[in-house]
Amino acid sequence: MKLRAEIEKRRTAGRILLMTHIVLGYPSFAVNRQVIAQMVENGVDCIEMQIPFSEPMADGPIIAKACQASLASGCAVADCLAFGAEMAATHGIPFLYMTYANIIFKYGYPLFFAEARAAGIQGVIVPDMPPEMDDGFFAAAKENGVAPVLIFAPTSTDARMKELARHAEGFVYCAARRGVTGRKSSMDDQVLAYLRRCRATTELPLAVGFGIQTKDDIDALTGVADMAVIGSKTIQLVDSAGAAAVGPFIAQLRG
Amino acid sequence: MRASHIHDDWGGAYIPEILHQTFLELNEQVGAARADASFWAEYQRLMAEYSCRPTPLTFAENLSKHFGGARIYIKREDLNHTGAHKANNVIGQGLLVQRMGKKRVIAETGAGQHGVACATMAAKFGFDCAIYMGAVDVQRQRPNVFWMEKLGAKVVAVEDGQRTLKDAINEAFRDWVTNVDTTHYVFGTACGPAPFPELVAWLQSIISKESIIQIRERCGKLPKRIYACVGGGSNALGAFYEYLDTDVELIGVEAGGDGLSTGRHAARLASDDASPGIAQGYKTMFLQNADGQMRETHSVAAGLDYVGVSPILVDLWQKKRVRFEAATDTEVMAALDLTVKKEGIIPALESAHAFVQAFKEAPSLSPDDAIIINMSGRGDKDIFTIASAYDDPSWRAFIIEKAAEYRQGGR
Repeated sequence: MKLRAEIEKRRTAGRILLMTHIVLGYPSFAVNRQVIAQMVENGVDCIEMQIPFSEPMADGPIIAKACQASLASGCAVADCLAFGAEMAATHGIPFLYMTYANIIFKYGYPLFFAEARAAGIQGVIVPDMPPEMDDGFFAAAKENGVAPVLIFAPTSTDARMKELARHAEGFVYCAARRGVTGRKSSMDDQVLAYLRRCRATTELPLAVGFGIQTKDDIDALTGVADMAVIGSKTIQLVDSAGAAAVGPFIAQLRG
Repeated sequence: MRASHIHDDWGGAYIPEILHQTFLELNEQVGAARADASFWAEYQRLMAEYSCRPTPLTFAENLSKHFGGARIYIKREDLNHTGAHKANNVIGQGLLVQRMGKKRVIAETGAGQHGVACATMAAKFGFDCAIYMGAVDVQRQRPNVFWMEKLGAKVVAVEDGQRTLKDAINEAFRDWVTNVDTTHYVFGTACGPAPFPELVAWLQSIISKESIIQIRERCGKLPKRIYACVGGGSNALGAFYEYLDTDVELIGVEAGGDGLSTGRHAARLASDDASPGIAQGYKTMFLQNADGQMRETHSVAAGLDYVGVSPILVDLWQKKRVRFEAATDTEVMAALDLTVKKEGIIPALESAHAFVQAFKEAPSLSPDDAIIINMSGRGDKDIFTIASAYDDPSWRAFIIEKAAEYRQGGR
């Protein structure tokens, strides 16, 4: 799968990779465009673009409210796909879609993933599509070269991680703690032990997010993960300080 | 209900990975409880002692005469403790929580009935309790909020989305994924990820396990038809359960709101507006747009105002085992008024939907036929909504006076 190769290639430089997140259409596609440009210019390696869903059950208040605002402003799935294609054509880093199962189910799995491939999208993260519910989702993604990224949780047993890794492609997203997106937690021994467990169960690259805000947070991941995930922090930043604040924030993370 | 009643295409457990292990354990506990006759015996004993079970089957003699057709019987779930069938589900799940050794329960609530029932159960069993309720429903159902808080539950008004039941469910899931080790989510209806639809339908089957005995005693045979309102579908599945393998006609009545043609309703199966989808952990027929975004729903009855419906009912609908109809807000008020005047019985606005359809069909049936209306709850909890719908002048004057008193700091 292209995504895994791309990540491993970027890892050969030695430093930990950065993945950032945006909610499509929030606050607008125009601002999304500026934010992504700043992210790429300042060394982000990978971006997940969230297609808003009206029932974002696994997201915390910041992302949930952004999704709601985007939908209220008229954001349609077709707009998101057109924008995704534009970004993948404009910037030379991997782009992924993050969304919920219903968005892709309603679009139709084969059609959605065929369009994603044509647009140059390399992966998809769907928190409410576990492999045991697969009804054509995984096959459609893989046939189109779009990596289905799966999520490990601290509650996942070793056996479960191995089972998930069998279906996952690209990389594995390790949720560092219980709960929804957007909550801060610290990099303690428990998290390190969990990440070592993740490492032992799969050869896929590991991405991890836990409310990263500083370069120290990122340094703490060196040696235990391949990619640090910046989630809702940049949404807050754009809300409070505008799109122009994103570049300096990413730059200080890179140190 | 046998597993074969559930079609592979509906239901499922579309859950985030963080809940995977919890659902494995929950499935195990539910399986063990269902295989253990002592669980049901304990459940029945508790429901008799705490919640007036078996609830009566009341012959509605005046209504039967009024319509001049079928003999109308009313299954009185309103006489449960806390005034609705919701008590059945929460006490059953409370027993499961005890078995699982968890100490905290959370729940979503629409009309507030499930929230009150859950808070009652938590008080009885000594669990910590948080209830998630859409901010719109908090406004609509203030008296239930009052009681939940008095019962010791923390009521969280959900300000996201449409601020109704579906949004309360999302927020309850967010709590659950954060506190999964200590907490059980007492799902209120036969929806959500498996095993909740099957679990809740099974616990609610206590309704039809009683009614099938009661109607045979009274009529010497099974009823011709059974009517139940359908929000999530738990009272309907409970009322239908023991009759699924008989030839009794089963009718689910959804919220027609302002009328199916207006789009302002919550009829998933009685209208052509719903389509298959995956949300809130399960696959069912949802009222959604072409992109898969959930639509606004409308009903005078908060408990029916929901975008999805039990996957078990969708399966029974597809197999043409259950027929679906819709009742408009206006029809509901008329049926409620008639029932109150003729029988001295006050159905909840939700339950009154079932009465509407039964009243439409009763005249064309023979006096040899019996029909059962499942009265899922009592209506006095709806006094603010019902009084507004009646536009009752003396109630209005009372509220204005009371508000003035409070404003002046009196009591």
